[in-house]
Formats: sequence, structure tokens, C-alpha cells
Amino acid sequence: MTKDIWVFAEHKEGKIKKVTFELLTKGCEMAIRSKGELAAVLVGHNVSNLVDELAYYGAKKVYVIDDSKLEDYTSDVYAKVISELIKTYQPATFLTGTTSIGRDFTPKLAVKLDAGIVSDVTDLNCDSEGKITVTRPIYAGKAFSKIKFECFPQIVVVRNNIIKPKEPDTSKLAEVINYSVNIEDSDIKFNLKEVKLSAGETIELTEADIICSAGRGLKNAENLYLINDLAKAMGNNAAVGASRAIVDAGWIDYSHQVGQTGKVVSPTLYVAVGISGAIQHLAGMSSSKIVAAINIDPDAPIFKVADYGIVGDAFKVIPALIEEIKKAKL
Amino acid sequence: MNIVVCVKQTPNTEAKIVVTPDKKDIEKDNLKYIISTYDEIAVEEGLRLREKFGGIVTLVTVGTDKSQEALRQALAMGADKAIQIWDESLEKADSSVIAKVLSKAIQDIGYDVILCGQKAIDTGAGIVGSMLSEHLNIPQVCLITQLEYIDENTFLAHRQIDGGEEIIEINKPFLLTAQKGLNDPRYPTLPNIMKAKKKELKKLSLSDIGLTSENVVPKVQILELSMPPEKKAGIIFKNGENDVPEFVRLLREEAKVI
Repeated sequence: MTKDIWVFAEHKEGKIKKVTFELLTKGCEMAIRSKGELAAVLVGHNVSNLVDELAYYGAKKVYVIDDSKLEDYTSDVYAKVISELIKTYQPATFLTGTTSIGRDFTPKLAVKLDAGIVSDVTDLNCDSEGKITVTRPIYAGKAFSKIKFECFPQIVVVRNNIIKPKEPDTSKLAEVINYSVNIEDSDIKFNLKEVKLSAGETIELTEADIICSAGRGLKNAENLYLINDLAKAMGNNAAVGASRAIVDAGWIDYSHQVGQTGKVVSPTLYVAVGISGAIQHLAGMSSSKIVAAINIDPDAPIFKVADYGIVGDAFKVIPALIEEIKKAKL
Repeated sequence: MNIVVCVKQTPNTEAKIVVTPDKKDIEKDNLKYIISTYDEIAVEEGLRLREKFGGIVTLVTVGTDKSQEALRQALAMGADKAIQIWDESLEKADSSVIAKVLSKAIQDIGYDVILCGQKAIDTGAGIVGSMLSEHLNIPQVCLITQLEYIDENTFLAHRQIDGGEEIIEINKPFLLTAQKGLNDPRYPTLPNIMKAKKKELKKLSLSDIGLTSENVVPKVQILELSMPPEKKAGIIFKNGENDVPEFVRLLREEAKVI
């Protein structure tokens, strides 16, 4: 077993996902501490052009598993090829983000390697031996748990948007190690028939820097345009979220729901409009760095967790807010 | 069709959680317990499969005797029988232990379809279901929002992914984890609540499923629990749209988020 720290380099449509850079940034810190080497693992088809950026964020090596059978993600095959890679090179630690891929194959990987695994991690550190301690929320963020690994390898699925990526250093290079695994047709246990992407969705809620979230205070579905306009005014990295109440009322799709039975988000800025702040909603957004709230009710519980708030009529405040933001950006 | 549903009893979502002074646990005195929300959705899907194809719905849980309440609730929804597995050495079980224990118990039952919630609402790890599919060497589709069938053996599972969904064709046996939106769980009717009291609830020990305490050593250990940091009071303006300029100024210059 080495003390090496590996980061799963997730990519989509020819670009490395931001969470990979977040993990490499943390990985750099931990590699210094444990004196292990930081590497990235790149899996897919025709992906070797993505290696450079991984080096800029600190990867000293990039293990590349490139195969046409890896073009579309399947949990069984990804878990299989990565477990073989890990068995060969014996890193101490394997980090992924909380994405539909990262969270999906890692439990299978853990069983194949008989490894420990912890998910939804909001803080992690290692000691000089490379042993990792993590912090993760429990009871929907109403408490936190500090957990340590008892054995190697250590698989950690980290929450997105928690770590700030460092500045890339474009002078850095990484050694590329190509690895091939024999993938049988029988390794693929199901048939992926279709992938449907939601129309007009550019930012995944769990990866957004800014979220403008709507609640029942907006009165009806037609008024959601206010939130859409606010998000647009905030910039390209702003997404629209929703309380359970408006999802249940059918105003907006469930994929926008933030909360204990929805998505858990950690944006830099969370703007809650017409959301009272029920405990289950807070569970989904309490790790936002800054919370802003607009609500007509001065006693709304959301104001207890807001850094900045305005008590007022959303139908007057939001248009004024949009104007002011546009002015400020000029 | 042999349908197995894994359930967990958890505190309900309104629960006020307080960490004990020794930081090892939470105060449990005033907690109300439920079937974990996503597991309830899994139970409902199991019942619908039985309604379509016939067969048996068996519940499985790893938990103390208290978890029998949750099993009876799921039996009252309409499940046919239940299995509870417990041993003192499972007190500190992590996800890998729970998955191993469930896989041993389920192997003995026989299964066509295994349903789990996508994650438990207390620990929220979302790992056990997927590990279970690996132990049993069957395909998994996690976070399903819809399940259609082509015939009794072939199904189309809609899996929620970042930004959309995948539609996946799978053949029995397989494991699915349920996401919100898959269905609306039924309320137990009074006659079913009465019937549930008489339905079979078997309690198994580790040795009943071929394991010893040496097989259930966790790979991760909880060092301590803590409460979230106290949040300092925010700046709350009271004059509606008149305060917008100052509000935006603070967000820009103080918080630096715009």
C-alpha cells in the first residue's frame, strides 16, 4: 500500500468537471501532509486530451483507462476497471465528487476492494500516515459526525462545491500511465436505452455557485418568472431551486427541490424568496456560504439562518433587486 | 415474483436533534420514529409489483427490536412478511457491514427484485443498496423515478442523473433504489393494520445467517458527533424594496457574492 491519493477525474462533454479540481486542490494539501503522490484517474473514450488540465491542478500522474466500452458510464464496468487499477497500484485513498457517477460506482468499488467508504463528506484531512478523518452531516445536517477510516484503501465521496479550487499552474506536467482492462460484454449488466437531458438546464443545482430558490410566497406558478429573471441577472453560474411545497403543488419539476427529501446544495450564495424556512428545507441548504432571504413575514424561520434579509413583498423587492444588480454589474 | 424490500427505521424529519454531552450519540427521548421516507417509497413500489405480477413482498431490516414498529407499519401497508436481523456486535455497524448482513439474509430468501430507498434520512449515506447489488452480483439502477415493464422479466428503469434521466433496460434479478417521485406511498388502512399484527415477523441472529462477530467489523469508526456551529444573527432589513440598494451593496462589498 502506498500513501498515494487518487482523484477520480470526472468529465462531461469534453470538459473536466469543476468538482475534480476541488478534489485535486484538497488532494495536494493531503499529499504534502502524508508525503504520498497525488494522481488523477481518467476513464472514458478518447480522453487523453484532458490530461493537461489535471496536471495544472496538481496531479503528478494521470492513470488513463481509455476504451470504447467506457464511453457511456455503467456502474459495473467503471467499478471493475477502477478496482483493477487500484489493486495494481495500491493507492491509500480514492476521492470522487457527489455526482450521479461518483456516488453510483464507488459503493461497488468498495465491495470489490473490501474497502471502507464514506459519502457526503464536507471536510476531510489526513495525518502523516495518510489515514483520513472526515466530517459529514447526519440527520439532514442537524448534526455532524466525525469519522475515521480503520483500514486502506479509503474511498471518500466528497460533497460538491465545498472546497475552493486553487489557481491552475499551466507550467505543470503529469506523467501519463495508460492502463488497459479486458472488458467482456457480460460485464455490462444492463442496456442503456436512452439519455434524456432536461431542456434548458445548464447548471446542476449541486454544482451551482448561486441558487435563487422559490417558495409558496410567490403565490402561483406563473410568478416563477421572477426567480428565473433573478437567476439570469445574477449570472451564468446561477440555478433555480425550489421548496418542497411548490414541487408538490406541481409548479416546478422535482429536480429543483432543495431539502431533506430533495437535493443538498452548498452554493456560495443561496437566495430564498417566499420560503418560510421549514427545518426540512434548511437541511438542504444550510451549508450555503451566504444565505439571503426575502419574505413578507418578519417571523419566518428563514431569517434565523439568513446572513442578509429583506422583510417585504417579493413582487416589489425582486424587480428592484434585479434592477439594482444590473446597475451594479455595469 | 419474489420481491424483497430493505427498510430502516429512523427518526422523523421534524425531529429536533441534540447531541449527548459525551458526543457519542443523540438524545432519543422525545423522538418519533418512522419508516425512512425513501424506504417507504420502495415498499410501495414492491406492493405495486406484486399487484401486477403476483408473488410475495418480504421486508428486511437490520435493527433492534424497536425497528419491529417500522416493519409492522410496512406490513400494514400490505407487505407479506418481515425479517429483523440484530446482534449486539452490529451496534457500530457501518454501511459495509449492513450491506454484508443484508446480502446474507437475502440470499436465503430468494429474490427477483430487490428494492431499497436511495438513502436513509438519518445517516444519508446512500451506499448500502449499491453495495448489496455488488454482493449479490446483480445489476443495480439507483435513484429511480419511474419503473415500467416490458414483460415479467424485463423492465425499464428511469434513473435520475445530473441534469436529466437515463432509461435503462434490465432483466431479473436486479436491485433498484427509490427516489422521490417514483410513487406516493399508500396509507395503511385499519383492516390492514389489524392484519399486520398477525403477519410473520422473524427475528434472526448473525449465526442464523452464517456470520460471526468477526465478520461484521466496521471499516470506519465514528469518533464523535457535534452540533452545527451557531450562526451569528444576520442583517435583516424591514423596509421592503426601499432597502434593496443597501442589501445589494452588502452582498457585493461585504459578502462579495455578487
